[in-house]
Amino acid sequence: MDIQSWTFVIVGLSFALYIGIAIWARASTTSDFYVASGGVHPIANGMATAADWMSAASFISMAGLISFMGYDGGVYLMGWTGGYVLLALCLAPYLRKFGKFTVPDFIGDRYYSQTARTVAVFCAIFVSFTYVAGQMRGVGVVFSRFLEVEIIWGVIIGMGVVFFYAVLGGMKGITYTQVAQYCVLIFAYMVPAIFISIMMTGHLLPQIGFGAELIQEPGVYLLDKLDGLSEALGFSAYTDGSKSTIDIFFITAALMVGTAGLPHVIVRFFTVPKVRDARKSAGWALLFIAILYTTAPAVAGFARVNMIETINGADGLGTPYVEAPSWIANWEQTGLISWSDHNGDGRMFYAADERNEMVVDRDIMVLANPEIANLPAWVIALVAAGGVAAALSTSAGLLLVISTSVSHDLLKRNLMPQITERQELFYARLAAGVSVCIAGYLGVHPPGFVAQVVAFAFGLAASSFFPAIILGIFYKKMNKEGAIAGMVSGITFTAAYIIYFKFIDPAANTSEHWLLGISPEGIGTLGMLLNFVVALLVNRLTGNAPEEIQDMVESIRYPRGAGDAINH
Amino acid sequence: MAFKNKADQVAYWKANLRLMLILLSVWFSVSFVGGILLADTLNQFRLFGFKLGFWLAQQGSIYVFVLLVFVYVTAMNRLDKKFQVQED
Repeated sequence: MDIQSWTFVIVGLSFALYIGIAIWARASTTSDFYVASGGVHPIANGMATAADWMSAASFISMAGLISFMGYDGGVYLMGWTGGYVLLALCLAPYLRKFGKFTVPDFIGDRYYSQTARTVAVFCAIFVSFTYVAGQMRGVGVVFSRFLEVEIIWGVIIGMGVVFFYAVLGGMKGITYTQVAQYCVLIFAYMVPAIFISIMMTGHLLPQIGFGAELIQEPGVYLLDKLDGLSEALGFSAYTDGSKSTIDIFFITAALMVGTAGLPHVIVRFFTVPKVRDARKSAGWALLFIAILYTTAPAVAGFARVNMIETINGADGLGTPYVEAPSWIANWEQTGLISWSDHNGDGRMFYAADERNEMVVDRDIMVLANPEIANLPAWVIALVAAGGVAAALSTSAGLLLVISTSVSHDLLKRNLMPQITERQELFYARLAAGVSVCIAGYLGVHPPGFVAQVVAFAFGLAASSFFPAIILGIFYKKMNKEGAIAGMVSGITFTAAYIIYFKFIDPAANTSEHWLLGISPEGIGTLGMLLNFVVALLVNRLTGNAPEEIQDMVESIRYPRGAGDAINH
Repeated sequence: MAFKNKADQVAYWKANLRLMLILLSVWFSVSFVGGILLADTLNQFRLFGFKLGFWLAQQGSIYVFVLLVFVYVTAMNRLDKKFQVQED
């Protein structure tokens, strides 16, 4: 069978599985819909959280990014895993004990203020939409490359599947589907990585092979070879990178704190039965994520060596274009690889300087990797199914955050408190349906700034939610004035900085114009610090939180008495 | 109140914060200090084919993170039992 038939079979089977699970786990109450009635086992919840978290960006783009960035790629690896330590230690258990459905719920109740709730709802919806548009796009790209359908049909099929199980099953359907999606995506990621590791270094585990000697050149470590190749071609050494230390520091911190503040991640910890389980499930989630995240840099390294050697030839003189392997032609059709023969010698050459004749999109590294390494067709199809699983699972989680923000935080808790549970459930499904359509539209017609706004999502989460939640738990005297002032100033500062450098004056987006040398990607860290400072100052000036709020904060600090996440 | 007395409640919270700060300082040291601030210095040392600073940034930190969370889970469960504020 060829790649296309294999892809139809494997992707089709995985879709059938997701839909089957959705029918089995459909939701009948709002509590089912929002938090799966708080009845999910910690290991299952850990897998679901991992699938929720690992998006098309983690699966498809991250290894490619690292492959091109070398050491600098570590910001994503540390940033997107380190956040879970913060989550597990500082947020998850307390939010679970608090026992509500959503992040705006916590902010609104802890700060006894509808204004605070509304600010939080707005942030949650904005962050989630930013994210979900990118996911739908990811589905479209995978479909168009492997099934050779138009991107629009890929997006519509993806939308249909997500609509079916998110709208029908709510959190319960999503959680169990995500468990299946985690299994699909991790299997799809590991199989080619292990194959390639064995072929290149003889080691089964990519994490070990990454630091081992090459089979073809005994005595030469893979990474030393890569450093040598990079420098010879005019790149900076692979293990050194080119960003400044302060920028790396701030970007890593912004990604970590942003992770801990993302509403679709936090809400996962409401779905387990006990506080103890919330702690444990953060641990499982991180373990499941770590499997992919420690493999990704290895994949990045292998892919980099393979790619350079395929294009430049083992002798470094360039491979004649007529002898180029078929994957180059395949990806040229999608426009993600291109070759222009500047020196007219008929050979391809890849370098950082004027010798360069290739444009290679970083997004193709994971998808093209099995082809580059000549793996069998079914492995390539598996990778396609994994990419789709990663995109769908994250979209579903985000759509749920959007729909609960609308039906629960905005309508039930704010505008229409008199609606019945049935009506609330109806609005939740309606909101999910409408958001799927908007997300699909954004996927087909991506506004030019989708890639740009990713920095937004993390920066905003870091500079708004995180300090408000941390102070809400660890500083019981924090009052609403302080929290609101902190959130507003943190967001405004961060958004203004990003908008200025990304949209108003992109030409000035260079390190000499940046504040303290911090890029827009890392500015969320400064926004977060500003939020803390403003919140504490305003709190000092406006008096402490009321006594009953302080008592409530005391009560979320120990596990005993955590009820179901249904009392509101 | 779930605690026997106010003193217990204060002691529990103190112990919790202490544990948290110790674990967070490890978290900070491996990633921000080892993997970023001192990465260049640590790169002089080798771990098999890896330069140490590079390894910490792309592999080591992640392993330590996973470990930290499980240490926290175990230690907190023990603390909950000691103060009898565990669930069920």
